[in-house]
Amino acid sequence: MASLIGYYSLVFGLCFSILIIPFSIKNFRNQDVFDNKIISLTFLQFFFVIISFFGLIISFINSDFSNETVFNHSHTTKPLFYKIAGTWGNHEGSLLLWLLVLTLFIFLFLLKSKKQKKQYRILTLLFQQIIIIGFFIFVIKTSNPFNYIFPVPTEGMGLNPILQDPALAIHPPILYLGYVGTSIIFSSTLAATSINFISKEWAKHIKQWVLVSWVFLTLGILLGSIWAYYELGWGGFWFWDPVENISLMPWLALTTLLHCILVLEKRIALTSWVVVLSISTFTLSMCGTFLVRSGILNSVHTFANDPERGLFILIFLFCLIFLSLFIFFFFHKSENKVNDNFFWLSKETSILINNWFMMYFLSVVLIGTVYPIFLEVLSSEKISVGPPFYYKLIIPFLIPFLFAMTIGPKLKWIKSDLKNKIYLILSLIISLLLSALIIKNLNIKFLANTILITSAFYLFFATSREFFITKLKNLSQNLAHFGFSLLILSILFNNYFSTEVITNLKIGETYQSKKVEINFESIKQNNEQNFKAIIGKFNIENSDGNIEILRPSIRIYNQPNIMTSEADIKTNFLKDSFMTMNLVQNQDYFNIRYQIKPFMIWIWFSVLLISFAGLISLFKKKYEK
Amino acid sequence: MKNKIFPTIITTIFLMIFIIFYKGLQKSNIYVPETNIGENIPVFKVKTFDNSDQISSRDVFKENKFYLINIWASWCVPCKNEHPFLMDLKNQNNIEIIGLNYKDNKINAQNFLKDLGNPYKTIFFDESGIIAIEWGAYGVPETFLIYDRKIIKKIIGPLNNKSFLEIKKLIQ
Repeated sequence: MASLIGYYSLVFGLCFSILIIPFSIKNFRNQDVFDNKIISLTFLQFFFVIISFFGLIISFINSDFSNETVFNHSHTTKPLFYKIAGTWGNHEGSLLLWLLVLTLFIFLFLLKSKKQKKQYRILTLLFQQIIIIGFFIFVIKTSNPFNYIFPVPTEGMGLNPILQDPALAIHPPILYLGYVGTSIIFSSTLAATSINFISKEWAKHIKQWVLVSWVFLTLGILLGSIWAYYELGWGGFWFWDPVENISLMPWLALTTLLHCILVLEKRIALTSWVVVLSISTFTLSMCGTFLVRSGILNSVHTFANDPERGLFILIFLFCLIFLSLFIFFFFHKSENKVNDNFFWLSKETSILINNWFMMYFLSVVLIGTVYPIFLEVLSSEKISVGPPFYYKLIIPFLIPFLFAMTIGPKLKWIKSDLKNKIYLILSLIISLLLSALIIKNLNIKFLANTILITSAFYLFFATSREFFITKLKNLSQNLAHFGFSLLILSILFNNYFSTEVITNLKIGETYQSKKVEINFESIKQNNEQNFKAIIGKFNIENSDGNIEILRPSIRIYNQPNIMTSEADIKTNFLKDSFMTMNLVQNQDYFNIRYQIKPFMIWIWFSVLLISFAGLISLFKKKYEK
Repeated sequence: MKNKIFPTIITTIFLMIFIIFYKGLQKSNIYVPETNIGENIPVFKVKTFDNSDQISSRDVFKENKFYLINIWASWCVPCKNEHPFLMDLKNQNNIEIIGLNYKDNKINAQNFLKDLGNPYKTIFFDESGIIAIEWGAYGVPETFLIYDRKIIKKIIGPLNNKSFLEIKKLIQ
């Protein structure tokens, strides 16, 4: 029943989308004021998608296996929380969520943009409706979440156990808010370009939407990363997996866009950058959807693949790309050349430098991700691009990037010279000494690593000082940059100081080395609602006499029948102790992996700081008004 | 003139990207993990059905010989359907059929065999389902054809006429 209601609501939603278009065009041509009926129509459209979404949730809660999506991704023994989270833990449901966020955002946009020009609002709505209609058809035609199966099965197939995790339950919605938020930026930029409305006022207005998407995208990526860290069980938090890269690309484009908007707020400059970046941010998000859902890439995120779906998104994606190229080339009037001529030492120049660096990072990630596809098509050769590629190409450029990030914000708009030169030089020397001191004792390349750490420390010191001298002015910018320096430092130290022990142990055995003594004390079995857990107990004595107890476990899920390894992680301010255990084939031994990962919590914390800075900027805006 | 060249180039580039993606889609490597075909079979110790002592898989699977390992359970309905094929294969003299009884109740399983006949030379008793995981099995029933301690074919789901004939052909 719920499925039926869900399906018909979806069809009604599509009808409303189609209805909105003639209404808007009529309003665009004939009247001077914005017709409020359009807002009601968008609300109705949103309302029907909500009903449809709830229909799916209810089918999941009731374990209604006559619904194909529920049958494929749920099971009666699953805890209620994961039944609900299972709604968007699959292809069909997650697309419904896309649609929900799309319609929600355009509705909010219309409410929030009352002060803007009528034509601009209507055009934005029209562009957004094109996207929405595309997604409606995509969902209904190729990925209907309400397919009926007969005879009705008595039991479902279950949700992949590695997806049964709290972080992953909220990761997709948050990430989608970010992804889909970029659609509003896309539509609004196209609208503004078409009627030549790219201006300071427009920048102020669209900045909120950029910030909202940016904050959600950052948080979404963070959650995915945290999940990978403790669920996939080898202690890494970024794998350079295609799907991760796909979320990183819009983030890089969006971050660059945010900086350009800051310039545009002050003066009419960099408009081409803004338009191109707005377009590419959304197309990169869409491109991500295409790459993941079509099965063209091999990745840890395996969704149900279907070439038909891939083809639909591909055509849709390129229609949008050509539409935006058309608008960009024919309607966009680039500003006077004089305006783009920045004085070499000014904030504008430093933002331009930032842009080029970001574009470089973006192209590295883009090439690393799609190059294997191109190569396979052109030469039938299969390759996979791994972390070394990204490290080699990104790290050397990170150094000047960090330096630019230190100096840039200190400059003034239009024209400036450096103040506080003494402090800048002094902190550079301190950073250099500090880094040399740290690197000296490590067995790695001295020069390169020292310079790398110096650049990160330099940014760190410069931004920390800024908190004291400028107080709350520019707080969000400074906080974000401070967070970024903290992130780079934590990642670097995490890399340098991580240690690892991998060994096979029987119950009762002890592993000994100079640094650590691991005693496999006992094992016990617990029966949970939908899995059996084998929990090991390990006593770990470090060389400094500290004793820790870690309890990693192996879970054997009943539906589908999959074994997962659950890490046990003890976190404190300085380090994480991370332990996983796995069955060895002949079963007497367990494979034990014990890792010390310094500064893990600081990695998470610094990303949180960065997104928090975005939030501050968002609310400061309203506060000032 | 200059203004027209730039848009044309960009559009052409995007068209090329479209074509490449489109071609890539045709090739689409829908990712079915072809688990361990051509690989050595897992080594494990297991209880057998009629004897609670553990035996090692090394002693069961000899070199240069065909084996069929069939994962089954009495609660599994498709297993009943494929059973006649196994009974038929039992009569072939160049292959031994090994059963892997999966998460089952012993009495139910014995009754199942009493009713339908026992095609298995040896039956492993995999109460916890862990050994099936080591084989990379998706569920029940599933069948692996083994030669020289290597997996040469894997059949997911019940045997049917087609896979039955294929097995017969392979072991000739």
